[in-house]
Amino acid sequence: MCSLALFPPPLPSGQTTLCESNNELLSGTTTEDQLKQVWSSPLSLYFPRESLKLHSRTESSSKAAFLDHSETLWMRSAATSEHTLLEGSGCILALLQKVSSFHGSLFPHLTLSSEDMIAEFSQVLNWSDCVVRAFAWHPHTDKFAVALLDDSIKIYNPKSATTPTLKHRLQRSVAAVQWKPLCASALAVACQNCLLVWHVDPCSLSTRPSSGCAQVLSHPGHSPVTSIAWSPSGSLLVSASPMDTAMMVWDVASESCVPLQRVGGGGVSFLSWSPDGSHVLASTPSALFRVWETRMWTCERWPCVKGRCQSGCWSPDGSRLLFTVQGEMVIYALTFTDTPGVGLCGGPQAAAVVADLSETTFNTPDGDIIVGGEIQSLAWDSTGERLAVLLKGDPHAADRPAIIAVFKTRTSPIFELLPCGFVQGERGAEPRLMQFHPSFQHGALLTVCWSSGRITHVPFYFLSAGVPHCGLSGSPSLPRPQTVPADFANQSLFTELMS
Amino acid sequence: MFSTEQTCWFVRKVICWRAAASTAWAVLLLGPITAALVILGRFSLFHPIQTISECLSLLTSASAVFSLILLCGVILMIGFLNLEYYTVIPTIACSKIALLGQLLHPRQLVNSAVHCVMGIVVAWCCAITIGGRYETLGYTCPQSDGDSSSQMCLNEYHLILLLAGAFVGLSYSLLGVIHNMNYISFHTVQQYKYLRFKGALPLVVKCSATQALYSIRNFIVVYFFLGYIPKAWFCKTLNLYLNSSVHPLDSIAGLLDLSLVYHLWISASFLLFTWHITLVLFRIFVTELYSFPVQSSFTEDAHQCLAKVLNEKQPMILKFLALQDLALLSQHSPSRRCQVFSLSQPGGHPHNWNAISKECLSMLTDLTQRLVAYHDTVATNGRAKSLSTGSERKTSSETSVTSGTEDLMSPRPTLLMKTPASVFARSVVGTPRTPLTAPFTPDLDSPFASPALRRLTAPVEQCSPWFGTVQSPHVMRRGPKLWSTSTDSQVNGSPQSSPASVPSPKQEPSKPSLLAQFLQNRKEQVKNFLAKRVLIMYLFNKLPEASSQALFADSQAHIWALEGLSYLVQASFSEDQFGVVQTALPSILSCMLVLQEAVDRHFKLPHASSKPVRSTGSMGDSTHKTLRFALRATLKTAIYRITTTFGDHLNAIQMSAEHRKRLQQFLEYKE
Repeated sequence: MCSLALFPPPLPSGQTTLCESNNELLSGTTTEDQLKQVWSSPLSLYFPRESLKLHSRTESSSKAAFLDHSETLWMRSAATSEHTLLEGSGCILALLQKVSSFHGSLFPHLTLSSEDMIAEFSQVLNWSDCVVRAFAWHPHTDKFAVALLDDSIKIYNPKSATTPTLKHRLQRSVAAVQWKPLCASALAVACQNCLLVWHVDPCSLSTRPSSGCAQVLSHPGHSPVTSIAWSPSGSLLVSASPMDTAMMVWDVASESCVPLQRVGGGGVSFLSWSPDGSHVLASTPSALFRVWETRMWTCERWPCVKGRCQSGCWSPDGSRLLFTVQGEMVIYALTFTDTPGVGLCGGPQAAAVVADLSETTFNTPDGDIIVGGEIQSLAWDSTGERLAVLLKGDPHAADRPAIIAVFKTRTSPIFELLPCGFVQGERGAEPRLMQFHPSFQHGALLTVCWSSGRITHVPFYFLSAGVPHCGLSGSPSLPRPQTVPADFANQSLFTELMS
Repeated sequence: MFSTEQTCWFVRKVICWRAAASTAWAVLLLGPITAALVILGRFSLFHPIQTISECLSLLTSASAVFSLILLCGVILMIGFLNLEYYTVIPTIACSKIALLGQLLHPRQLVNSAVHCVMGIVVAWCCAITIGGRYETLGYTCPQSDGDSSSQMCLNEYHLILLLAGAFVGLSYSLLGVIHNMNYISFHTVQQYKYLRFKGALPLVVKCSATQALYSIRNFIVVYFFLGYIPKAWFCKTLNLYLNSSVHPLDSIAGLLDLSLVYHLWISASFLLFTWHITLVLFRIFVTELYSFPVQSSFTEDAHQCLAKVLNEKQPMILKFLALQDLALLSQHSPSRRCQVFSLSQPGGHPHNWNAISKECLSMLTDLTQRLVAYHDTVATNGRAKSLSTGSERKTSSETSVTSGTEDLMSPRPTLLMKTPASVFARSVVGTPRTPLTAPFTPDLDSPFASPALRRLTAPVEQCSPWFGTVQSPHVMRRGPKLWSTSTDSQVNGSPQSSPASVPSPKQEPSKPSLLAQFLQNRKEQVKNFLAKRVLIMYLFNKLPEASSQALFADSQAHIWALEGLSYLVQASFSEDQFGVVQTALPSILSCMLVLQEAVDRHFKLPHASSKPVRSTGSMGDSTHKTLRFALRATLKTAIYRITTTFGDHLNAIQMSAEHRKRLQQFLEYKE
């Protein structure tokens, strides 16, 4: 296993990564002309911070001044009489709450405010300050949803002229959005107090769908929701809140939920459903994560040594889980052998370290740059050939920027990691959030949301090993003839043969 | 009714054992629950040690053992009632009067009476365990006239506890009908029984406590007003006297005794908790997945195979479990899928696949026809013609009735025909299962048919109205139109029509038939009179969502059929070696698309897409209220599952142009 030292050095500042072609990352200098050219493509977006913030402040403050008041006088008086009747049981409930909050002292995250908690457990780097708070590609088409700082969600579709803006009274502090698989319209939104499922008709010309298009899913004690995951078959939705030890499995159509409660961990912070639908990763705020098996919903516990599981991602066939632990600079892998009926007995015994991302110094014309450190999030593309790792960096040190490191991966016949390169944006822009396009035809497409409010797309052109090769040309599109790839590109960082 | 030897093997071998196991667990849990009751009932804040020692001595006493045995008997009885009354297709009352009919059904009355008695028994056991002033019905007290000799007096504390037990038992039974407590829903998330029980426990505790609170509140109100009747009756029959020196309990001061209310609440909670636990265990055990063999190597087991079982009409629970198994095997089990796609050994026919797909498709087609027929009867204003029941019956059974003779009809039959889920009409007609006389609204809730009969014959009865309608749409179309104007005036325009109904002397000579005019006016007057009576309108008005809910009452089966079919088709893309699925693909797709169209049309009706109010604090399962939404979502997902798997290959399939257009929408993700 080798370190980041095998990577090609980062680009000098002012250059941005454009795409990967012929096994090499291409970069370009960002002059204003090029910027215009690059950003003029329909899916590249720019949300200047100023245009949003002011807007959101006034709106939210005026909304907060009024109370929601939809009950009639009679209903309210009935409710109060019920309250007095239920006072006895209310006392008992309060007592229970006290007892349960005893473990608040064991789990310090329970004392955070809900905004801080979302920021702490979000997959987005520096969530509270981020213009783009959540991003989701549609699993089947070229369509995506962007949640912005002003609590609105915009839906972009290159084939349609309208960009619907979704706003809802309860849609505050959006932590995650995800499209329902095998459906064109449903979008799940994890909010501060509840879960919203929007039904946005793709044929509709309306730019402001009414809040009647949204289903509100809420369960007492289950807020803030920091992570959601649809089952790949589209039938179930799981949601997690660091405040709630139960993970909710929702049947969205009937708005009913089944809480899956397990003692320990103090909550659930991050969820990831494997692409084959057989497992769900659920990490907790303490040094423990669980892997649920989705047939009978049993789980296995994985205690970590140092910190909580920060992020994780599944290989496309669902057999391999990569995850990172807070406080450690390595990527671990777990391999699940699919033996139906045996359940979890066939699971792995221990996690293997597959990559070491400890800090490495690169000499660049602009001076030394230190790359590496803790990992914010992981993303694996749907072909299983590129793995993107968002490194946190240090916001206070200029020479330790947050950066995205991309690995080439191979899952069969053996699991291998090879260096690919760093993805960098324009000067001063930090990557905050990244996602691979789930169904990109020519390889992989990484979408990155930057701290400046830009959203860019970095294509990686390659022929997938799963697809039969039609020729010997390395890439489908050849911008210009390339030299032979540098020697470090073929040096493997990790293979299963080594370990 | 049906051949017991063939179909009941499942009930005999599986369901009965599951019910027995669930009841056994409930009996085992009775011990700890009773111990909790003893501690809660005798708890005294100032003498904790004494409380514990008292409780321990009580738990080992003979009376406690005896009451525990009695309670076991009660649990066994409740378990038996659960088994006897459960249903997988909920009965949905389309109007208040139908609900009333359900409540007053003889079978339900028996149920209520048994629960009432069980409530008294449980309350008696509670009285024994709580002890103190509640222990006995009579006690010796000095005679009121100053005589030194003593007499037996009525212990009102004991009596009020027994009556509370009876009241709570009765309300449990009645609320069971209103909230469809006997309906068993299947969970979308499979879990092991223990974990499911553990998950349900907090809800059971909460529900029992709250429901006990409300029941006791109602009971106290009833006792305050009517408490003297049972008191006097007991005194008279048991020859007891009322102790005049003790304050009577049916007064405000008597009922403000907090300790009394607490003990009433504790015993009611105990009663409801044990019963709810029994019910929850029964539901968990019965809905447990049962794995049917896809193919059997022995001919004597052939009737237990999935394909055979799916085609059975009775009992419904068997069909539901088979469909559930189909949905899960198609999703999770490649080896069993392989058996579905396999060919028969001599002959090479895909019998398994043919039987499964045929049954699933026929169920979906059946639902489509039901939806289309319903849509055709509903007027454009969305309100189901309240007269459709009566008029359809009339036009189909007595074809001689025309609009001319309609005027001569007496007001009384008119009233009867106005009843949407007409209880009276049903009882008058007598044979509710013949297609001609069955009401048009798809209510399965004939209050005078036994629930067991209904459970067993549900598919027949449900389908029956549609047989006639699909064959003869003219009769059906004409039915509502004959009456549409009069209904509207009767419901909406009563103030307008009342002046018109006043006979005007000027017009009289110009009219040819005085008698007809007179009768018409009378009829109008009676109608207006009745329409203004709030109670009658309240009873007979259709509940807005109910007909839509009733239409989709058994849709869980359709959901599984859709899931099973779509997963099998998806798997066939890579697993089907012989191409057995390909031959059925056009029919599956067109069936789903037609159903999709019908469902879309149905959801355009008012009330169909309105979300029901979610009831959280009740043990009743409200899943049936949202089944139509679940069906709509599953249907869309199922079509998408097929289109994303096959992609452009679907263009090679023979289809009508309309369906192809629709399918193209799905291929472009525009639905």
